[in-house]
Amino acid sequence: MNISTIIFYVLATTIIGGAFLAVTIRKIFRAAVFLLISLIGIAGLYFYLNYNFLASVQIAVYVGGIVVLIIFSIFLTAESGSSMKKPALIRVLFSALATILAGIFTLWIIKWHHFQVNVGGAIEPSVRNMGRQMLSTTEYGYILPFEVVSILLLASMIGCIVIAIKPKA
Amino acid sequence: MEIGLTHILVVSVALFFIGIFGFLTRRNMITMLMSVELILNSVNINFVAFNKYLYAGKLDGVFFTIFIIAIAAAEAAVAIAIIINLFRNYKSIDVNESDSMKY
Repeated sequence: MNISTIIFYVLATTIIGGAFLAVTIRKIFRAAVFLLISLIGIAGLYFYLNYNFLASVQIAVYVGGIVVLIIFSIFLTAESGSSMKKPALIRVLFSALATILAGIFTLWIIKWHHFQVNVGGAIEPSVRNMGRQMLSTTEYGYILPFEVVSILLLASMIGCIVIAIKPKA
Repeated sequence: MEIGLTHILVVSVALFFIGIFGFLTRRNMITMLMSVELILNSVNINFVAFNKYLYAGKLDGVFFTIFIIAIAAAEAAVAIAIIINLFRNYKSIDVNESDSMKY
């Protein structure tokens, strides 16, 4: 067992443990903090896989943006210190049953499926290579989705302002 | 033991079904949104792992991940605007209590 394996298991424990606590703990603010820990673990997994740019995007957008947004909305809507109602036992039971069965089925498929490795030269996922391919206008370029996403972000920003604006009484 | 594709897929499957479990059991809108974020992240891990281990000569998995992150940010912002508006009108963000469009 070398150090790389140990790092992977530490990251996996952080991700899964944080996610599990985020969906089961009853204090809503603590759930947000555990979601934060899980997302940082996912960024660590990207670092582990050598995708440095993706890891920094994950930290900047998820940890720095979305979780802060969620925490703000918790402060604006709920009492952050109080506990939520306990979910009904029957719902927890059947949800756990359904998800565990589906999870076992999926793991069974992963265990027996033979993944075919596509041989060919490896491209280093550096920012230079990614930027050149993403903004290229040739066959494998992603310039059109890039522009569409920028329009989507603008539209959703305006939509948020229109939805959340306080109407004149 | 070498860490391969299967190990990372197991983490992603666990994360996905934890998110589904949270989505089914929670009744608070903000915590349901958090479960959706977990599900999207498990999909991102899948894309990155497949790109790394099966298609090392391409970058498409990375681009899909970046677009999913951008769309998740837009989705979270719109969802939180709706939640704040709902709270302003009904003083509650429990999905069982916001049923005025039901009948």
